[in-house]
Amino acid sequence: MTPPTIQSKLHLDVKIVDQARISARAIAEDMQHFIDRHTTDSVERTVCRLLGIDGVNKFEVPLPNVVVEHIKKGNGLQLGAATYLGNAMIDTGLTPQEIAVKIANKEIDLLQIPMHDRFEIEMALREEAEKNLAHIRAHREIRTGKLQEFGDKIGPYIYVIVATGNIYEDVVQAVAAAKQGADVIAVIRTTGQSLLDYVPYGPTTEGFGGTYATQENFKIMRTALDDVGNEIGRYIRLCNYCSGLCMPEIAAMGALERLDFMLNDALYGILFRDINMKRTMIDQYFSRMINSYAGVVINTGEDNYLTTSDAYEEAHTVLASQFINEQFALLAGLPPEQMGLGHAFEMDPGIENGFLYELAQAQMAREIFPRAPLKYMPPTKFMTGDVFKGHIQNTLFNAVTIMTDQRICLLGMLTEAIHTPLMQDRFLAIENAKYIFNNMKDLGDEITFKSGGIIEKRAQTILEEAEQILRKIQRKGLFQSLTEGIFAGIKRPEDGGRGLDGVVIKDAQYLNPFIDLMRADLFTEEN
Amino acid sequence: MGGGLYSSRKTKLDTTKDETKIKPYGDTMNDGKIQLSFTLPIPDGERAIETARQYVAQLNMQEIQVVSHKPLDVNFTFFVVYATAEPTIDYTGIHVQELEIETMSMKETDDYIHQKFGRKIVVLGATTGTDAHTVGIDAIMNMKGYMGHYGLERYKMLDAHNLGSQVSNEKFVKLAIEMHADVLLVSQTVTQKKVHIANLTELVELLEAEGIRDKVLLIAGGPRLTNDLAKELGYDAGFGPGKYADDVATFFVMELTRRQDQAPH
Repeated sequence: MTPPTIQSKLHLDVKIVDQARISARAIAEDMQHFIDRHTTDSVERTVCRLLGIDGVNKFEVPLPNVVVEHIKKGNGLQLGAATYLGNAMIDTGLTPQEIAVKIANKEIDLLQIPMHDRFEIEMALREEAEKNLAHIRAHREIRTGKLQEFGDKIGPYIYVIVATGNIYEDVVQAVAAAKQGADVIAVIRTTGQSLLDYVPYGPTTEGFGGTYATQENFKIMRTALDDVGNEIGRYIRLCNYCSGLCMPEIAAMGALERLDFMLNDALYGILFRDINMKRTMIDQYFSRMINSYAGVVINTGEDNYLTTSDAYEEAHTVLASQFINEQFALLAGLPPEQMGLGHAFEMDPGIENGFLYELAQAQMAREIFPRAPLKYMPPTKFMTGDVFKGHIQNTLFNAVTIMTDQRICLLGMLTEAIHTPLMQDRFLAIENAKYIFNNMKDLGDEITFKSGGIIEKRAQTILEEAEQILRKIQRKGLFQSLTEGIFAGIKRPEDGGRGLDGVVIKDAQYLNPFIDLMRADLFTEEN
Repeated sequence: MGGGLYSSRKTKLDTTKDETKIKPYGDTMNDGKIQLSFTLPIPDGERAIETARQYVAQLNMQEIQVVSHKPLDVNFTFFVVYATAEPTIDYTGIHVQELEIETMSMKETDDYIHQKFGRKIVVLGATTGTDAHTVGIDAIMNMKGYMGHYGLERYKMLDAHNLGSQVSNEKFVKLAIEMHADVLLVSQTVTQKKVHIANLTELVELLEAEGIRDKVLLIAGGPRLTNDLAKELGYDAGFGPGKYADDVATFFVMELTRRQDQAPH
């Protein structure tokens, strides 16, 4: 639980905030019982990756997929891939990677090896697991060291996207953006990657509307951003998308290559990619645990509700989802400082006093989640191709960002709705943000809101509505609520969507060394 | 170049409007004023400005003013340029196939369907292929609508189904057959590297292969689509930016009526 600590300018009722948190906690805990009893193909592939398995077979199938499919075919996945890999390590004296290659070459059958003593298996795994966890911790220390050396940005992080489809062209765009003042570079994924049940391998130069998330692409961009960061004396954060059918695998790849931010939402895949809700719940837990361990700030995707539904009428669903995302994150060991809870400036610009409502909602999020680095998304739905008006819409968005102390500001592009950003579009967006952030820097501190005025009332109403909807979800359960279309008006059947066949009930002897090792580190003092 | 902000007007400008010789308009008829912005992959500086100016001159522009130049990186410079264009165009010779129908309101459409068909019209909408964007199809179909135009789901006489995004063409065709669709709406937002063209074409081919192409009205929509392009790809119509649910509904009920009236009895 994170009690609000700051003075409320909106005079929000603390009791309602507390009640909303209690409901969200109950919703998440109810779900956690389900999560703890299950694993998935992607969780097991992640275990493989964290045990050092990488590369592809001669048909370009990633070895983590090869290993997990092999174990699944032998009906062994309920014990966890680690059980069989650890057992094979003892039996053969080989590393997990060498074992994986042998599986790919059909030279070994893990299910035919007699089971060794469980304690021995755990010991063999522990050593291997510790190696990669140490690697992740070392990356975390590099980040901390760089931030100490250069100092961290005060005020909103300027977050821009690159999306050329070619990782090498992305580098050119990203380096230019960093020099212009960007603090965070997000490499948009190619359209459709979220639905792949494997992670492509190697550097890639062909994508549509974005670039494949591969470990090699992560490495290429990381190196480029470190180089330009050293040159300009700033640490440039790298962001990618930990969502879709490979959510935990991408978390592992990001942890190994020092990504700093990850889009990582508990509900997004269910609602917007029609991924099965059970699969998503289980996957999000392990992915968040890895993100937490790696010091990655997750960015949640509530902004998407508002591009689908109406931003004025559905504002309370954003807040309700933020409460739920917060509790899922806490259960996975993520501290509030790593929760980039999402929301957006998406109201119809034609609404009278629309700016006041946006301001109210942004201030409300700030007050309810005081320690979270809030992720604020720019207008997209009502961007029309009129670049001149679009630039002004983005300016208003920037004004709300600075007035309400949003931490992660995804800059709007004047050419939204036309094309993925050109280099000059990004430049104009950064110039706009720098101008507003500097020129209006302390305005938020200087103003108070009129008691009983439009802004205060708007925030209070949304909070009340969010609390009510959370109570309703608590009563029905999250799965049932999603079935009924509680978020963004999207209904998803409990056993529908993609990826359900990858959900496996765990055996009592199930083994995942990483959950145990990471939990021990993440849940020490605070929780 | 330039010679001051206020002296750029040509002295011998013929300011009579002639529809056979149309030029861009700034503040005086036929002044040809155009604004451009673009980036060149060269370092900023005097040489960059002159390069931009000469480049624009090659575009057949005159009175070129490079009003702003900013470095985007060591080897990239962004320019804003004003210039006057020389070519003229014969407006009277331009013809496009516009969907020129008086758009009916939701109620008018519902009444019209009731009267002409006596049953609900089945409409299936989806963003097909790998495109994950639902913004287009949502704007047309969602109950709430967009910019004050109610979506098709709200029409009483429409049985409208929004299938969302990333629907494969195969699945879309299968559902079209199962649900006896009268109208198929396809939205395409991601248009990078022309992926939408291949995807839209594939759908037409699949419908033809299943023998139902002429049993449905096939309509495409998206920010980069025009009616002409859609027709070229084998669609019955295409709707680009600025078109709403009522425009689409009016088109398809009129077209369905026309086909019904033509059909042999």
